[in-house]
Amino acid sequence: MRITQGAFSFLPDLSDDQISAQIEYCLGQGWALSIEHTDDPHPRNIYWEMFGPPMFDLHDAAGVMTELEDARRAFPGQYIKLNAFDSTRGFETMRLSFIVNRPSREPGFALIREEAAGRAMRYTVRAYAADRPEGERYE
Amino acid sequence: MTPVAPTDDTLDLGAALADSHVTEVLAKLDAELVGLAPVKTRIREIAALLLVEKLRMQAGLSAGPPSLHMSFTGNPGTGKTTIALRMAEILHLLGYVRKGHLVAVTRDDLVGQFIGHTAPKTKEVLKRAMGGVLFIDEAYFLYRPENERDYGQEVIEILLQVMENQRDDLVVILAGYRDRMSRFFASNPGMSSRIAHHIDFPDYAPDELHDIALLMLEQMQYRLSPDAELALVEYIGRRRAQPNFANARSVRNALDRARLRQANRLFSRGGGSLTRDDLMTIEAEDIRASRVFADPVVSEAEP
Repeated sequence: MRITQGAFSFLPDLSDDQISAQIEYCLGQGWALSIEHTDDPHPRNIYWEMFGPPMFDLHDAAGVMTELEDARRAFPGQYIKLNAFDSTRGFETMRLSFIVNRPSREPGFALIREEAAGRAMRYTVRAYAADRPEGERYE
Repeated sequence: MTPVAPTDDTLDLGAALADSHVTEVLAKLDAELVGLAPVKTRIREIAALLLVEKLRMQAGLSAGPPSLHMSFTGNPGTGKTTIALRMAEILHLLGYVRKGHLVAVTRDDLVGQFIGHTAPKTKEVLKRAMGGVLFIDEAYFLYRPENERDYGQEVIEILLQVMENQRDDLVVILAGYRDRMSRFFASNPGMSSRIAHHIDFPDYAPDELHDIALLMLEQMQYRLSPDAELALVEYIGRRRAQPNFANARSVRNALDRARLRQANRLFSRGGGSLTRDDLMTIEAEDIRASRVFADPVVSEAEP
């Protein structure tokens, strides 16, 4: 099951040229790019690992693309996303975030039911990938 | 009728030239920078090459992008940084670099403090410079042969790799004093061979320095009285013979000090009215008060 988090996730995967163009847009807006990766696809997993510090003062997408290549080499089977941070007063937050690399096979999620007091049902999801320990999930 | 094959087209060099605005930049270069004939010739050649390359591309011929890494060698104050700034602009107009900004760094910006610090630091600078020009001032400091564990070597390795693999992403310009740079290149043959353009900045002749001084004064909206004009000529002659002469930089410093003295002269006059002319004019005494005139004239042979 293809996970859909961040922008463009309902579209086919972006090509490198398209990613480059998105980065150009972000840099044109004065946003700082950063790269994050994880192998836990749960939608509530908001703490992805940083790949290097955020990249400030860049002028050209080539710098981010080199870093992205490094990230893909280091974590080929993981989710990698690009974040664009806007430091403008009033925003001071992410303005754009999109996945640029995903595992070749995404097994999806199991629905887990829990019997609670008074025959109430509680539901949660658990990624099949998360059954295995961190670092061995997509191999 | 549509052209059959692109090779049969005639391409309009004039239009391409006008399109790129490169003549304007070169004219500006000629007007604003005095002397430096070999440098200007080389810039003209590079501009011509890039333009022709562009036309060749339109005609379906391709030789790959030329390597444009450069080394600027010359004595202090001969205009290396100024030319580097211009170079970024020219390469941008010719479409060789995408953004045309200049990132000027020295050893401190590239070399780390401890093991594992250097590579990320260098890579960050490289990332910032992508799409533009990376200007490494006093590049010979990167290599310290007396300390084999110096992290500068790591910087050189990373630089070489990027200069080779990403030459369409950035242009690296190394700058430094002539003798030290030649020693640097001698001990790093890989670096030397990856740099296509070794440009030497000659020292300025006295009359060129004079022109530079007048140009600077014009930009600062000052002018010289006729006597001061003579004093300046003499000043340049004397200053050139003294140690630590830094070409245009020395001239700039001399003018700054003359401004100081001029201001003090006007100030100490006390009351009375000043005209716009007074505020603009540097008198001979402002220049002659320099310690350069106090010392006896030293001959060129002395250190």
